[in-house]
Amino acid sequence: MLIGVPRETAPGETRVAATPTTVRQLIGLGHEVVVESGAGGAASFPDEEYAEAGARIAAAADTWGADLVLHVTPPSAVEIGLLRDGGMLVGLLAPAFDPDLIQALAGRPITALSMDAVPRISRAQSLDVLSSMANIAGYRAVIEAAHAFGRFFTGQVTAAGKVPPAKVLVAGAGVAGLAAIGAASSLGAIVRATDVRPEVADQIASLGGEYVGVPADEPQPGGGTGYASVTSEDYNARAAVMYAEQARDVDIVITTALIPGRAAPRLLSAEMVASMKPGSVVVDMAAAQGGNVEGSVADQVVTTANGVTIIGYTDLPGRLPAQASQLYGTNLVNLVKLLTPGKDGRLVLDLDDVVLRAMTVVREGEVLWPPPSVAVSAAPATAAPPPPAPLVRHEKPAMSAGRRSALVGLAAALLFLATAFAPNQLVGNLTVFALAVVVGFYVIGHVHHALHTPLMSVTNAISGIIVVGALLQLGHISGAVTVLAFIAVLLASINVFGGFAVTRRMLGMFTRGPARTAVSAPTAGAHR
Amino acid sequence: MSLESAAAAAYLVSGLLFVLSLAGLSRHETAKAGNTYGMAGMALALVATVALAADDLEAAAIVAIGIAMAVGAAVGIWRARQVEMTGMPELIALLHSFVGLAAVLVGWNGYLSVEGAPAGEAEELALAVEIHSAEVSIGVFIGAVTFTGSIVAFLKLSARIRSNPLVLPGKNWLNLGALAAFVVLTVVFVVEPNLPVLAVLTALALALGWHLVASIGGGDMPVVVSMLNSYSGWAAAAAGFLLDNDLLIITGALVGSSGAYLSYIMCKAMNRSFISVIAGGFGNEGAAASGGDEDGEHTEITAADVAELLMDAESVVITPGYGMAVAHAQGPVADLTRQLTERGVDVRFGIHPVAGRLPGHMNVLLAEAKVPYDIVLEMDEVNDDLARTSVVLVIGANDTVNPSAAEDPSSPIAGMPVLRVWEAETVIVFKRSMNTGYAGVQNPLFFRENTRMLFGDARERVEDILKAL
Repeated sequence: MLIGVPRETAPGETRVAATPTTVRQLIGLGHEVVVESGAGGAASFPDEEYAEAGARIAAAADTWGADLVLHVTPPSAVEIGLLRDGGMLVGLLAPAFDPDLIQALAGRPITALSMDAVPRISRAQSLDVLSSMANIAGYRAVIEAAHAFGRFFTGQVTAAGKVPPAKVLVAGAGVAGLAAIGAASSLGAIVRATDVRPEVADQIASLGGEYVGVPADEPQPGGGTGYASVTSEDYNARAAVMYAEQARDVDIVITTALIPGRAAPRLLSAEMVASMKPGSVVVDMAAAQGGNVEGSVADQVVTTANGVTIIGYTDLPGRLPAQASQLYGTNLVNLVKLLTPGKDGRLVLDLDDVVLRAMTVVREGEVLWPPPSVAVSAAPATAAPPPPAPLVRHEKPAMSAGRRSALVGLAAALLFLATAFAPNQLVGNLTVFALAVVVGFYVIGHVHHALHTPLMSVTNAISGIIVVGALLQLGHISGAVTVLAFIAVLLASINVFGGFAVTRRMLGMFTRGPARTAVSAPTAGAHR
Repeated sequence: MSLESAAAAAYLVSGLLFVLSLAGLSRHETAKAGNTYGMAGMALALVATVALAADDLEAAAIVAIGIAMAVGAAVGIWRARQVEMTGMPELIALLHSFVGLAAVLVGWNGYLSVEGAPAGEAEELALAVEIHSAEVSIGVFIGAVTFTGSIVAFLKLSARIRSNPLVLPGKNWLNLGALAAFVVLTVVFVVEPNLPVLAVLTALALALGWHLVASIGGGDMPVVVSMLNSYSGWAAAAAGFLLDNDLLIITGALVGSSGAYLSYIMCKAMNRSFISVIAGGFGNEGAAASGGDEDGEHTEITAADVAELLMDAESVVITPGYGMAVAHAQGPVADLTRQLTERGVDVRFGIHPVAGRLPGHMNVLLAEAKVPYDIVLEMDEVNDDLARTSVVLVIGANDTVNPSAAEDPSSPIAGMPVLRVWEAETVIVFKRSMNTGYAGVQNPLFFRENTRMLFGDARERVEDILKAL
């Protein structure tokens, strides 16, 4: 089988789909390889090395016309036109983000596999280009941050004074995150990392990072895909508090949060970035998908007003082209092995294989995207809460139903009599009064125990409403009335303004914990 | 749309805003919005009333209104800014007394501008004058009880007078007698309204308010404060009847019934009826009986050893009480919490509903010290976990952690729900001395085998532990 490796024509792409090493492996599998002249130039692989490995150096058209075309970026329309009928194209096609490309590919009688659609199952690990690229990107993100950061990463005590170590926060402990944690901690920084999945805390610790959790009531669903998924609003609110606190403290933030097929979640707001120290660096590895950081621009370095550098490079793997090409090439070699089960050089696309099925975007002009979802990890069963222990409480026996209704009846009768014999104006007043009593009773029926004091101070402020009565009396009849009303207005005003002000002050103090690692489920006896 | 109908509409809207305000205050998420609703409602009510009043007033009176409100606002905001969170109970009690006094003044004005007005100048009434007189009498009575009651609560809370219950012979009869006398005086006042009767009635109510709160012990102060809160609402409602003002009625009833409900919650937390709280403090009869027989050996511990225990602990529960507020220990306690949490120790707070001198007092103190509110749990949430807790720190709490409440039926606090701290592996009790708590009941917790006493000022001791960590 003839395998073609064209030169990447997408602007800025430095990688190549095969290196001399992988070409040798492909030839070892019994295939012929044709490489476009200059294909490996940007990754420091000259044509001679490919030729030495056994590849034929040719023009673009020859490589695109091969049985199997190995590529990195999505092909251009012209390149799609160069594909041979019945040929197969493999590349990072990003089908979820580019439906037009799928249509363009389906317009030709070809088969297209997308390397970024490899499911996250153990068997497919050797093909998992997202992991291999993320690994490189995570490392490179730290290097970019270190480059932009005007200080050491490691702490030192020298004759010229003490240098504090840099503090790095890595958001998202996926492959990229873990690589970044490892790289940053081996540079000597203090590394903290956070993730929606608390179970990765061990992995973080193993690379020298410290896990910073978001206090959560319920475990965030992993969605069974092996990737993080969308989190609840409540969770996001708590996470924001945690990020806000960390942003003030750390020097470097590296965000890696991606949810497959969706816009990247917003982790750092502009205010959080503004609260960072001047000279701090943020690397937004999700800039291509909209960014985790407010203010990041894809492929650009932005410096904020307060001197924080936000790096939005989307080509981080391509910034280590030789390594990235090598890893990508190896992934492709493993794919070729999978595609040629008979080891006879014949391509077999077995759609019963979940890995190949997931990757297949177009087969012979037929759109097969999106694939059926593949369940990867069994979600850990949530432990059932322990049964509530019996409360030791010596309550008085509840009032018997008969007695209770007798009392209610008596109260109703009394109210009836009082109202029936009252003059008209009083009836209106009594109606309003009775209803307001009931409303007051129910409205605070579920007050949180911690809010008793603020509730009291606000009701206290409200009861200063008596100022209204005093105001209406002021200036009438006699001097004595006015003097008394004046004093009453003054006293009640103290109440109104003091009560509201002190409530505001108290409420401002109530904060939710940012760095709690575990929250115990409330046990028996939830509050009224 | 006349000025009157516009004002009535504004009153309705502000009444509803107050309802929203109280509803908002029930939850953390909506509490700030609730406060804002309350302020909006109050602003609306004030604007409407001033507009209504200014319609037929001379310029001098309007200026007087402006001065009174400006001075009141300045004093109120100044106090609100100044107050320390440990002083919150006193401030709230003092503010209640203002409402009470204002209600008395409004009541007196009601009399002076109708029954007591010079002939021909009396305001016209839509009602029979007898009903008006009765309303004056009730309004003045509630206001006066609120006023002196709150003053006594304020004095007790700020330790200007002793907080022990005042025990006069036949005190319950005194209270009942005062009520009966009030009914008689009201009847007299209705039949023939005159100033001396009103003055006697006011004096009687002032004395009753004083006696009522003076005879309640310091340990029951959370109930008393919320009870006074309720009274201040009823006082405002009574003024509303007097002035035929629906906004006052609505607001007063809201505050009154919500305050009453809060008092009910407090009473339930102590497993006592409202009447028994009013009727007198803890330990009046029980202290002597159980004071001596529970003595035993207590074991002391040093701050350094406590630090070691805490470092080895998996989970720590801190149960603060009034002693923490007195010693201003909430800051160091919060530091301790942070340090232990950073070391991976699970630290939580267990708050007894009547800890402190104000409902929710401990929560406010801990919030001030920036303890995250989601680790501050109430008694019911934490009680069942205590048996699985490595170390419990009892800081300035006594009666709320007393095992005799659960185990000794003859104890004066028997049946009161308490934090079962003695079930934990180790209990550290921070205490100034071996004196009894407010209830005057000896606490057998101190003599348990798993209890260690750390004597001294709570703040200093916690700081010692921090140093040792």
